[in-house]
Amino acid sequence: MSEIKKFMYVNRRAPYGTIYAWESLEVVLIGAAFEQDVSMAFIDDGVYQLTKGQDTTGLEMKNFSPTYSALGDYEVTKIYIEKESLEERGLTLEDLQHLTWEDEDEDWAEKDSIKLVSRAEMAQVFADQDVFFNF
Amino acid sequence: MAIEIDGKSYETDEEGYLADITQWVPGVADVMSKEDDLELTEEHWDIINFLREYYEEYQIAPAVRVLTKAVSKRLGKEKGNSKYLYGLFPYGPGKQACRYAGLPKPTGCV
Repeated sequence: MSEIKKFMYVNRRAPYGTIYAWESLEVVLIGAAFEQDVSMAFIDDGVYQLTKGQDTTGLEMKNFSPTYSALGDYEVTKIYIEKESLEERGLTLEDLQHLTWEDEDEDWAEKDSIKLVSRAEMAQVFADQDVFFNF
Repeated sequence: MAIEIDGKSYETDEEGYLADITQWVPGVADVMSKEDDLELTEEHWDIINFLREYYEEYQIAPAVRVLTKAVSKRLGKEKGNSKYLYGLFPYGPGKQACRYAGLPKPTGCV
């Protein structure tokens, strides 16, 4: 096994209107098969990607928000949300989906995937990564 | 391309996947498996139904690795392994079972 790299997928755009959010999610799911250490960050309008109760009727785009809850199955368990971005949009964690993963080694215990971090903490998280994908 | 079930035609894509998932009926799996010379047993249907439920919930067809783990949890460890799943679906549990279930080709399946 080659050296495991830390991959960070940075999401800064609203979920619909452009294809970036869905493309990012697909790349993450595909890339998860390659056994890298995957993290996702949601910053700026990117935080809207995880909001609850999305309805795409009239947009002619598939509502892919349910797919985010599959991330845990794909062993993507580090999802960073920038606190300031939420606050600037009048949102709290309560407005976002509750993403979890199940730890097979602990009898499928459910654990939180979402980590709320400040802008300064996000910079620290970024400093620790090897590869970035910006969407 | 298309397949025919009870006189009704169902459109498929160039790889044989159902074009419109909402059109799926169990007959789709019957006809497709017959073309592959495979007889569907209850064990096959467990997986097909599982995939349909997974898609319903998450809007994607799971990668084989994810399917294996999920089956292991839901149906038991003796079924949640690739040997068992490939035994049922020799063309690949992801591709073949998803096709029978009317799902698109699995995300992450190259």
